[in-house]
Amino acid sequence: MNARDAILARVRTALRDVPRDETPADVEVPRPPAPVLPDRVELFAERVADYKATVVRCTPAELPERLAEALHGVARLLVPTDLPAELHPAGPELVEDTPLPVTALDAVDGVLTTARLGIAETGTIVLDHGPGQGRRAATLVPDLHVCVVRTDQVVTGVPDAVAALDPHRPQTWISGPSATSDIELDRVEGVHGPRTLRVLLVG
Amino acid sequence: MSELASESSTRRSARSAEVAPRAAAGGATFLGTPAFPIAAKAALADAQLRRNLAHATGTIRGKRAAVVAEVANWEELRLAGAALKDRTLRHLDTYLTQLETALTKAGATVHWARDAAEANRIVVDIARGHGTDEVVKVKSMATVEIGLNEALADAGITAWETDLAELIVQLGHDLPSHILVPAIHRNRSEVREIFLREMGRAGRPAPPDLTDNPADLAAAAREHLREKFLRAKVAVSGANFAVAETGTLAVVESEGNGRMCLTLPEVLISVVGIEKLVPTWADLDVFLQLLPRSSTGERMNPYTSMWSGVTPGDGPQEVHVVLLDNGRTDVLADEVGRQALRCIRCSACLNVCPVYERTGGHSYGSVYPGPIGAILTPMLRGVGHDEQVDSLPYASSLCGACFEVCPVRIDIPEVLVHLRSQVVDAHRGRPSLQGAAMKAASWMFGTSARTAAAEKLSGLGSRVLDRTVRRRAPGGRRALGSLPWPVSAWSDARDTPVPPPESFRAWWSRTDGGRR
Ligand code: SF4
Repeated sequence: MNARDAILARVRTALRDVPRDETPADVEVPRPPAPVLPDRVELFAERVADYKATVVRCTPAELPERLAEALHGVARLLVPTDLPAELHPAGPELVEDTPLPVTALDAVDGVLTTARLGIAETGTIVLDHGPGQGRRAATLVPDLHVCVVRTDQVVTGVPDAVAALDPHRPQTWISGPSATSDIELDRVEGVHGPRTLRVLLVG
Repeated sequence: MSELASESSTRRSARSAEVAPRAAAGGATFLGTPAFPIAAKAALADAQLRRNLAHATGTIRGKRAAVVAEVANWEELRLAGAALKDRTLRHLDTYLTQLETALTKAGATVHWARDAAEANRIVVDIARGHGTDEVVKVKSMATVEIGLNEALADAGITAWETDLAELIVQLGHDLPSHILVPAIHRNRSEVREIFLREMGRAGRPAPPDLTDNPADLAAAAREHLREKFLRAKVAVSGANFAVAETGTLAVVESEGNGRMCLTLPEVLISVVGIEKLVPTWADLDVFLQLLPRSSTGERMNPYTSMWSGVTPGDGPQEVHVVLLDNGRTDVLADEVGRQALRCIRCSACLNVCPVYERTGGHSYGSVYPGPIGAILTPMLRGVGHDEQVDSLPYASSLCGACFEVCPVRIDIPEVLVHLRSQVVDAHRGRPSLQGAAMKAASWMFGTSARTAAAEKLSGLGSRVLDRTVRRRAPGGRRALGSLPWPVSAWSDARDTPVPPPESFRAWWSRTDGGRR
């Protein structure tokens, strides 16, 4: 017997006690009620900041100025090829990810993207690497990630996010900058991912 | 945990004297480690180790309690998590074939592995097929369990652990001692010494002026590993969850080393235990709430990566998934023990365990340490043929703290008691092994200070006994079911009347360990 059939046969033997007419739906799963939370946009900003990321709220009109501040000191900025033109900042040299080899990603000062949504309860931004969000390596290799999230993209909790997302797309859920607590449980920001995360919350 | 396989075999053989114990063939335990009571005694004498552990587990306990208290529906989430896993396990054949179909449709190649040797062979063959002599690895308990690094080394392929703690363990020729923070037993100055001594032999050296500041140590690891990430062709990962419905795999991490491995190399091989399944995409929301808060005590871990098969133009273009049994179907067949397969490896049970806090992870000699290891390892390996494995169900005070924190409500004390009676049954008439088990029990209950501390920590006393009440004696009198061994040798044959509520310690000394 091949390994597949052998394992499936072992599973069926192991489950002899399960009545043959039982279906998965017969195993009841109590679903917890959705949490009721205060103003989700405020909460999102608070909780992102809890992770030592910076969060700046602004109106669409203020965005260019806030963007310039967030990118202070950046000479070469990586951007996805489909980043909306109104998000192109003045100042840094824009390097389009056409896609570039990984070593080139390692040579820019930062990356600018949009997000798919934000989760208030946990202070998480979720990228599904659709338009404006770049491929996965683009927000990983550079040391600074500046991410623009619209207030209408912020959902309350994890269940709302899961319900809105497409499971067939690759996803990266980001809660603060890269961090480790492996040495005496002292939290250190920035091991392999971006050491700095700046979120611009627009709307 | 493994020999740090270096590029040249001469260098490797020159260092064989300092090689740490290896994962036992077949997995789940480490060869050459003594049975729990003996290892525990040595650990108890190490004051530095106890201080490191007490600080670490105390800190995580506090953080976990705070973020769990924030969630109003926590108990309902736990019930949902347990029920979802039960649904998966009771219909595992259905979900496994569903996952296979979804993964294949998404462009992944699915492999099945009955045991460690089969899983290792599959990974080695894929890596060899790409002509590479190194792979980068995301921390994965399943690959430690099967001894994958050792198998790769035997095939001339170096496996680089990229999680900071795993890197410390690997460079230090050491064994992991905790599920979440494998180098929890090392302090900063030890880490600095290991980096200075070993990094240069494995690639980019640590800067000579390296301090023992955690930020500097992390920066050294960043530089050291980056050159490996940027050139690696093949990566190996595990998965925290595998969604049967959609073929989505999820890896939950903090440092970004996971993202590096999962997205930069051309080829990705994920070794996934068959218990990692969840039925639907929507079910993930329950576990993405339960896991980070139980594990690191955060609302959400910094990074979660999810993918299904191959994404054109983004990430690895060749994706393999190895579905691993290696004893899991034996656990599944045990109706009491089956619940252990719900485990999502959060490590909360380690951090609250009075025994773990005093002895550390190495004493268990097991890939899975702490309370979950004490039940999972004997079930994966089978009882009755290895003294060390058989001592594990006794590495507990049965205080119940592990059950209270477990996000998927695994009744670890219930399974411990159940396994103790299996150990006894397996050793009837074989005094030497009974002696070892006896030592384990007397180690825990024999010293009043130790047991008193355990009971104080958990706030439990006679409840321990209530847990073991599973039957009624004729006439409706409450009776004890399986008592902890060695009492069980007696109680299995007749019903023991329930003693009045008193502390376990008081009961133990009053009855001379249940003999009176
Ligand atoms: S047994 Fe429960 S508490 Fe322990 S690691 Fe597994 S899920 Fe976490």
